[in-house]
Amino acid sequence: MAITASEVAHVASLAKLSFNAEELEKFTGQMDEIINMVQELSEVDTTDVPVTTHVTDAFNVMREDVAVKGTDRELLMQNVPESQDGYIKVPAIIDESEEG
Amino acid sequence: MVDYFKNDLESLHQALVNKDLSSEELVKSTFEKIETIDPKIEAFLALNKDQALAKAQELDQKGIPTDNVLAGIPIGIKDNIVTKGLTTTAASKMLANFKPIYNATVMDKLDQVDMINVGKLNMDEFAMGGSTETSAFKLTKNAWDQTKVPGGSSGGSAAAVASGQILAALGSDTGGSIRQPAAYNGIVGLKPTYGRVSRYGLIAFASSLDQIGPLTRTVKDNALVLNAIAGHDKHDFTSSSKEVPNFAAGLDGNIKGLKIALPKEYLGAGVDQEVKDAILKVAKTFESLGATVEEVSLPHSKYGVPVYYIIASSEASSNLQRFDGIRYGFRASDVKNLEDVYVRSRSEGFGDEVKRRIMLGTFSLSAGTYDAFFKKAAQVRTLICQDFANVFSKYDLIMGPTAPTTAFGLGEDIDDPVTMYMNDILTIPVNLAGLPGMSLPAGFAKGLPVGLQLIGPQFAENMLYKAGYAFEQATDFHKAVPTIGGQN
Amino acid sequence: MNFETTIGLEVHVEMKTKSKAFSPAPVQYGSEQNTNTNVIDWGYPGVLPEVNKGALEYGMRAALALNCEITKDIHFDRKNYFYPDNPKAYQITQAQTPIGTNGWLEIELEDGTKKKIGIEEMHVEEDAGKNTHNPDGYSYVDLNRQGTPLIEIVSKPDIASPDEAYAYLTRLRQIIQFTGVSDVKMEEGSMRADVNISVRPIGSDKFGTKTEMKNLNSFEHVRKGLEYEAKRQQQVLLAGGKVQQETRRFDENTGETVLMRVKEGASDYRYFPEPDLPPIHISDDWIDEVKASIPEMPDKRRSRYVKEWGLSDYDASVLTQTLEMSDFYNETVADGADPKLAANWLMVEVNAYLNANKLELKQTALTPAHLAGMIKLIQDETISSKIAKKVFKEIITNDTDPKAFVEAKGMVQLSDPAKLQPIIDEVLDNNEQSIEDFKNGKDRAVGFLVGQIMQKTRGKANPKVVNKLLMASLKER
Repeated sequence: MAITASEVAHVASLAKLSFNAEELEKFTGQMDEIINMVQELSEVDTTDVPVTTHVTDAFNVMREDVAVKGTDRELLMQNVPESQDGYIKVPAIIDESEEG
Repeated sequence: MVDYFKNDLESLHQALVNKDLSSEELVKSTFEKIETIDPKIEAFLALNKDQALAKAQELDQKGIPTDNVLAGIPIGIKDNIVTKGLTTTAASKMLANFKPIYNATVMDKLDQVDMINVGKLNMDEFAMGGSTETSAFKLTKNAWDQTKVPGGSSGGSAAAVASGQILAALGSDTGGSIRQPAAYNGIVGLKPTYGRVSRYGLIAFASSLDQIGPLTRTVKDNALVLNAIAGHDKHDFTSSSKEVPNFAAGLDGNIKGLKIALPKEYLGAGVDQEVKDAILKVAKTFESLGATVEEVSLPHSKYGVPVYYIIASSEASSNLQRFDGIRYGFRASDVKNLEDVYVRSRSEGFGDEVKRRIMLGTFSLSAGTYDAFFKKAAQVRTLICQDFANVFSKYDLIMGPTAPTTAFGLGEDIDDPVTMYMNDILTIPVNLAGLPGMSLPAGFAKGLPVGLQLIGPQFAENMLYKAGYAFEQATDFHKAVPTIGGQN
Repeated sequence: MNFETTIGLEVHVEMKTKSKAFSPAPVQYGSEQNTNTNVIDWGYPGVLPEVNKGALEYGMRAALALNCEITKDIHFDRKNYFYPDNPKAYQITQAQTPIGTNGWLEIELEDGTKKKIGIEEMHVEEDAGKNTHNPDGYSYVDLNRQGTPLIEIVSKPDIASPDEAYAYLTRLRQIIQFTGVSDVKMEEGSMRADVNISVRPIGSDKFGTKTEMKNLNSFEHVRKGLEYEAKRQQQVLLAGGKVQQETRRFDENTGETVLMRVKEGASDYRYFPEPDLPPIHISDDWIDEVKASIPEMPDKRRSRYVKEWGLSDYDASVLTQTLEMSDFYNETVADGADPKLAANWLMVEVNAYLNANKLELKQTALTPAHLAGMIKLIQDETISSKIAKKVFKEIITNDTDPKAFVEAKGMVQLSDPAKLQPIIDEVLDNNEQSIEDFKNGKDRAVGFLVGQIMQKTRGKANPKVVNKLLMASLKER
C-alpha cells in the first residue's frame, strides 16, 4: 500500500504541520517505508481478539465532586506568549467555523 | 573531591552521617565534577546550582537523619520531567523557555526524602529516539567512547551516571529509553511496572507506555531510589494503589531455584555475535548460582515493533497537539492569523523525528485507517501480553540482551528510520505489556558495555532486583570505570 | 410532489456539578476571566485528567429519566481538533461507549396528540472555553468554562416537523430540569441545540441530504429556522437541483437561514480511547442508587396532583411546566395550604405578578411558607379573598409573615354575628327604600345593602356571614 504525496499533505494539514516540496517528498518516502513495515500486522490472525488500550491495574477510578479553588491567574499567565486583561490573546481566524 | 566510582548510596550516606563530608561539600564536589567532565560528555542541559546549594546548607543545619539513605544525595533529572521554577524543555525548541509553575509528583517525592536536584539532563526531543541525537540543544556522548551515542532517549541520564558525575538520575522509558542507554553505558536502569510510578508531570509521549525510572551504578542503589518515587498518586488515575514494598530488602544473593526463561527470539538474527556470547555467559552464571535457564518462545515478539510504532505515535500525535503556540511554549514570530500560529509554531518548534512520529500517528488514527492500523495494533498488543503471561505461568523471570548491538557511532543510521526502529525490538514489548524491565551491565564487546535485560511479571520489581543483585555480586562488571576522553 | 421532513437534534446540557468533569476546578458562572482554572484545564505538559464521579452520576440520572439503557462498561475517548478555546487540542468525550442508549421521550403537540421520539444515545463530555472575537483582529480566550461537564443528547430521526422539534425541546428541557442536573437555560448557555434537517419525497426510502444549523438562541428560533429551511430545501428539489451539505445560520431579523460554510465531508477527529483514564464498570447497585436519587418526574407529579389533590389535568400540567413552580407548589401544600386554593393562587395571581414584572419566582420575596400561611388565613376565614389580595402584594414583595401582617394592619375579618348584627340593623334602618326594592324582587338591592355594610365595617365584614345574617334580617322586616 503506497501512500501518495497528497495523502501525506492531508495528514500534515490535520496535524497543523507544513513541509516544503523537498521535505514532503522525503517524508512520503520515509512514511511509505514505515507503513509497509506496519503492513506485517495483517499477517496476524486477530479474530475475536479484544483490544488492549490500558495496561494499568487501576480500575473504576473516580474523584468525588469537590471543587478546589482555581490556580492564581498571574501564575498561569506567566508562560503565555501574548495576553491582555487576564485573557489569552490570539490572532483571529479567517473563517470563524471550527469548533467541537 | 568525592569519587562516585568508589561510592554507592550507602557509603555516601554513612560519610554524611559521620560528618566526614557535609551535604554542601558533596553538592559542590558534584558541580566541580560536572564542570570537569561534562564538556566531554554534554549530558546536562541546565544546572540547578543556587537551589541545590541552598538545600544542602539547609540539610547540614537540620542534620542528616540516620534512617534516610537518600538525604542530601545529588540526583539528575531527565528534562521531560516537570520541575517547578526550573526550565523544562523536553530537549525541544518548542519548550526552550518553558518555566513550569507546578512540579511533577516524583519531584515532590524526591523533595520529601531530601534528595538534591542538581540539574536537567539531555534526551531525544520529546523522548522520541534511541540515541539522544534528536535533541535540539546538545549532542551527548557515550561515557565509554565519546565517538559513540549514549543511547536514548534518556542518554543524558545514563551518560551522566556512567561518567561519574552523579550517582543517580531519573529517566523515562516508553519503548526502551531507560534500559537501552543504561546498557550502552554499562549501568543499571529500571523501567517499573506501568502504574508503579506516577506520570503526573512527565511530559507525555505515549500515555499507555510511559514510565519514569531510576538509573544508577548498582542494583541496590536503583532499588533505594525506586523506594522514594514509587506509589499511588491521586493525580494520576493510571497509577497503581498496590502497596510499595521495600525494594532493597531481601538482596542476599540467593536465587536458588529461580526459573529463568530465555526466549529464542531474543538471540535471533540481527543480534551481534559478541552480544549473544555475553548473554549465553550470563545464563551460565545464573545456573552456577542455582537458577535454571530454559529456552522459550515469545512468538509475537517481532510484531512488537509495528504495534509500538502505531500505538506510540498515535498517542503521541494527540499528546503533542497541545503544543500550538497559544498558551505556552514557542510561538512563531510575524504571524498573520490563527492558522499561521498553529502551523508555523509547530513546524518551526518541532524537529524532524517528532514531526515524523506525529505524521505517522495522525495517519494511523484517521478515519478509514483506524481499524487497519490503530485497532489492529491494539489487538496484536493483546497477543503480545498473552505471550508473556504464558511464559510467566511457568517461569519467574525472562532474560535476554537489552540491545542487539553495543553503542553505535554518532551520526550513524540516523537517516534510516527502520534500522533505528529495529534496535528497539528487545525492549518495546515490555512497555506494550506494562511489565517491569531492568538492564544491568553484563560484559563488554570491543571495549563497549553489553547490557543484560531482566523482565518480570507485573509488580515483580523485588524479584528483578534480587536476581540482578545476585548476578551483579557474582561478577565485576559494575566495578568497571570508563576513562573519559581516553581509550576504553 | 409532497415531501416529508426528517429533523435531528443534538442538544448539549451543562451540568451544575461543583467541579469540572476532568479537573477539580470550580464550575461557576460569571467569574472574572481565567480565575476558575488550573494547570489541568490549561493543558500544560505532563498534566493528567481526573474523572468527576458527580458528573457521571448526573449523566446517569439524565439517561434514566430519558428511559435509556445504561452502558455498563464505559471508557472515555479523545476527539482531536485545534481551536484556541480547546487547550489540550482534544476534547475528552464518549464516542465508543455513550453512557445511555436507546432512550425516548413523549411529546404532546398543540392538538393534543402524543408521539414518542427516540433518543439514539447520550454521553458525558467536557465543554470548551470561550473565544471572543474582537474587531481589533484578535481573539481573547477565557478558559473558565473549559472542562465544565456536559451531556450531549442525540435524537433518533423520528422528528418530522418543526413543531415536533419545538415540542421535543420543551419536553427535554422539562425532564432534564426536573432531574436537577442542569438549569437548562438556552439564554444562559446551559442548554444548546444543533439541528439538522433533510426533506425527501413522500414514499422515498432514502433520506435526503441534510443541512445543519448551529448557535440558535431559542426554541422559537429553532422552529422558525427549520420551517424556513424545510421550504428552502423543497424549492431546491422542485427546481431540479440538489441540496448541498451545508452549515447555515438563522437570521432572526429576516427569518431566513443563511449559508455559513459548505461542509466538505465529515471532520476527521481521529477518535481513540483516552489512555489516561482507566475504564469504569457501572454496577447494578450503582444504577439503583442513582435511580433512587432522581426527584419525582413531571409526569408522575402531574398524575399525583390529579389523583391525590383533585386538580384538573390542565392545571396539573401548568404547575409541572417548571421544576421551580412544581417544587414551590409541593412545599406550599406541605405547609398546610389547600391544594386547590394553592394551585389557583400560583396559576393566577403569582403568574400574573411574575409576567407583569418580568421576574422569576426565586427573584421575589414569596416563600411557600408565607403563601401557605396566607391561604390558611383564607381557609379559616380570618381574611376574605379581597383582603388576601392586599396581603399577597405584601408577601410577594417583602419577607413578611402574613399572619403578623394581618394582625398588625388590623385586617382580621369581622365574623362575629353579635358584632355584625347591630351594624346590619343600622344599615337596614337607614335604607327603607332598599328593603322595599328587595321585597319587590330587585335582587340588586341586596348587593347595595351589602356594600353599605362593607363600607360601615371598612371592608372587614365577612361577606358570607353578612349575607347570611342580612338575608335573615330582611326576611324579618
